[in-house]
Amino acid sequence: MRAPNRNKEKLMTRILGGARLMLCAGLVLGGAGQTAQAVDHSFSSGFKFQERDGEALYHGICQGCHMPQGQGAAGAGAYPALAGNPRLASKIYPAFMVINGKKAMPSFAGALDDDQVAAVANYVRSHFGNQYTDQVTPAEVKALRPKAPPAASE
Amino acid sequence: MSGAGYGSMSRRELLMMIGAAAGSSVAYRAMASLDLVAESDYKGPIKLEGDPKGASVLILGAGLAGLVAALELRKAGYKVQVLEYNQRVGGRNWTLRGGDSYTELGGFEQKCEFDPGLYLNPGPWRLPYHHNAILDYCKRLGVVLESFNQVNYNAYLHSAKAFGGKPQRYRHIQADFNGGVAELMAKSTKQKKLDQLVSKEDREILLEALKGWGALGNDYRYSIGHESSERRGYDQDPNGGTIGKPVPSTPMSIDEILKSGLWRYLVHGHIYEFQTTLFQPVGGMDMISKAFAKEVGDLVRFNCKVTAIKQDGQKVTATYVDTKTGGTPTQVSADWCLCTIPASVLSQIDLDVSAPMHDAINALPYEASIKVGLQAKRRFWEQDEGIYGGVSFTDLPNNMIGYPNTGYFGSGKGVLLGAYTFGPNAFEFTALPPEERVKKAIEFGAQIHPQYKDEIENGIAVGWHRVPWILGCAGAWTEEKRKQHYNNICQIDGRVLLAGEHVSYIPAWQEGAITSSLNAISRLHQRVVNG
Repeated sequence: MRAPNRNKEKLMTRILGGARLMLCAGLVLGGAGQTAQAVDHSFSSGFKFQERDGEALYHGICQGCHMPQGQGAAGAGAYPALAGNPRLASKIYPAFMVINGKKAMPSFAGALDDDQVAAVANYVRSHFGNQYTDQVTPAEVKALRPKAPPAASE
Repeated sequence: MSGAGYGSMSRRELLMMIGAAAGSSVAYRAMASLDLVAESDYKGPIKLEGDPKGASVLILGAGLAGLVAALELRKAGYKVQVLEYNQRVGGRNWTLRGGDSYTELGGFEQKCEFDPGLYLNPGPWRLPYHHNAILDYCKRLGVVLESFNQVNYNAYLHSAKAFGGKPQRYRHIQADFNGGVAELMAKSTKQKKLDQLVSKEDREILLEALKGWGALGNDYRYSIGHESSERRGYDQDPNGGTIGKPVPSTPMSIDEILKSGLWRYLVHGHIYEFQTTLFQPVGGMDMISKAFAKEVGDLVRFNCKVTAIKQDGQKVTATYVDTKTGGTPTQVSADWCLCTIPASVLSQIDLDVSAPMHDAINALPYEASIKVGLQAKRRFWEQDEGIYGGVSFTDLPNNMIGYPNTGYFGSGKGVLLGAYTFGPNAFEFTALPPEERVKKAIEFGAQIHPQYKDEIENGIAVGWHRVPWILGCAGAWTEEKRKQHYNNICQIDGRVLLAGEHVSYIPAWQEGAITSSLNAISRLHQRVVNG
C-alpha cells in the first residue's frame, strides 16, 4: 500500500510540471461496511469528481445548491429550481451551464468529463417532475467546451 | 493554467490542500508570472482630507469592507447609512458559539451546542503578521489578539495510503525529508556530480551548509544519533539524574518519505501568508466586527434584502425588502453608493452599471469550502498526544484538523476544527445534510485520532455554498478573469463603486476586504472633494 503507482506518478509529474499533488489512487472512504442509505455518499480523491452516474453526480454535487429535490433555494441571492424549469426543454442548456457556468454557478469543465456532464444533464431533465426523453450525448458536451484560452499566446 | 474551473489541476490545488483559501493571494501569487501583484501596502490610518460638503454615501453590506467604510467616511464628514441582509454585522467575520442557531439554504437548521467560551470561526480564522490593515484596526478598536499556531511540529501528517494509515509526526517527516535530501546532495557533491554546477570553493561551503541544514553527521550521512534526534526527537528524551540518558530515534529512509507523499505538506509554514507569527482575536474572529459595531452600529439597518440599485446623474437609489416584516419595498437614496454585496449575489440584483462592470460581476462565481467544528469532552490531543494548537493535515476529505490555539491545558471541553476542505470534496460535503457532514468529519478524523469515537459529542458544519447571503466562500478569480475583468470591477461607475475581498488581490482574506474598501473610499473622496 505504501508505494504509489509509479506510472501514475510519472504521468502526473508530466501533467503538473513539478507541482505534483495528491496521488489519486482509489481512496475508499465512507467507512468500510457501512451500507447505502438515502444519503449514501462517496467522496472523490484528487481534484476531479469521481461519481459516474447522473444520480450520484446530482446528489454528490448539484444538490448542495439546487437542493435534494431540485427545488432551488433563495436567500440574499437564489439558486434556480431545476424542478419544472422550462429552460431544461433544451438538452444543451444544462450541459452548457455545467461546462461554462454563469454568474454564481461555477464552471465544472475541469472537474467533470464529457460522460459525467451528459449523465448529470440527462438526470436533471428526467427527474424532479421533468420528463424530457431526448438525451444529450458526450460528443455534444465536448462541443460545448471552451476552446483553448487565447491568453496562452501572450 | 487552463482556468477552466474546478478540477484544473494546478499549483493552486496544492495550496488549497495545505490551507490557503481557494483562490487566495497565495495561490495567485504562486502561479502568476504577472507583474504588479500587490501586497497589502497599508501605511497607517487613512486620511480623508478636505470637506465632502454634506455628501452622502449608502453602503450596502456590513461586512468588514462596509464597516471600515462606514467608520472612515463618517469620520471624514459624510452622511452614511448602511443596509445589511443579516441580523448582525460582520459578514464572513463570523463566529458560532453555543446557543447560536444557523439556518442554511434549503432550511437546514443547526443549533450550536458548544460549551460557554468555545467557538468555531466558519470563515476566516487567522491574521498574518503582515496584514497590516486588519491588525491596525484591531489595535485601534481594542481587539485583543493572541497567537495562532500554524505549524506544530508535534501535530500529524497523515495519508490513508502511507505508513499503513498511521499518522506521522510533522517533525519526523520534516527532519527526515531534509536529512535525506541533504545526504543525497552531499553525496552527489562529493562524487563530483555537481562539479558542472557549483564552483570548487562553493562545494566546500555547500557541504557545510547541507550538514547543518540536514543534521548530517561528520560522515555527511543522515543517520541515527544525536544530530538527527535533535531535529526529529528522541525515543526517550534526555532527562535528569540516573535515568537521564537519551535514547535516539531512528530516521526513516528518504525512499520511504518520498513514497509516502507526506512531504507535500511541509511547504505550508513556508508560504508568506502562513509564516510565523499569525494571530487570532481572543474569543473568536467576530470580536473584530463586534468592535466595529460599537463604533458604527448605529448606522446599520438590518434584515434588508436589496433588490435593485439604480442611479442617475444626481443620486443612487437602492430598493430593499425587510426580510422579517416583508411588506412593500423601501427605497433609500444617497449621492454615492459603496456596494460590498458579493458578486455571486450582486449578479442577481437589478443593477444600473456599465456593461464592463456587469460583465465583471457576472464572471465571478464563488469557491466551495466547508468547515466543521467538533466539540470534544476533553482536550485529548493535548492530554494524550502533546499537540498544542496548530494543524494536522490528511489526504482524507476532511483535509485538516485544527487544534484550538487558546485555552491550553484546560481541564474542560474543547472544540476542534474537524474539517476545512476546498475543491470537489467541499462540494460533496456541502451536498450532505449538515448532520451528515459532522458524522463524516468524525469518521475521517477518527482515522487520525481514535479518541474521536468516545470523545466527540457534538458538531456544527458550514458549507459555504449554502450560506444564504453569499453563495460560496470567496470570489473565484483566475488569471484569465483577472486580465479581463479586474480593472473594470474596480472603477467608479457613475455613482457606484464596489469593495470587498472580491475587489482585491488578496481574495478570501479580510485584509483584501479592508484594503479594497480603503482604496475605494480614497478614490471616491478624491472625486467628491475635487469634483
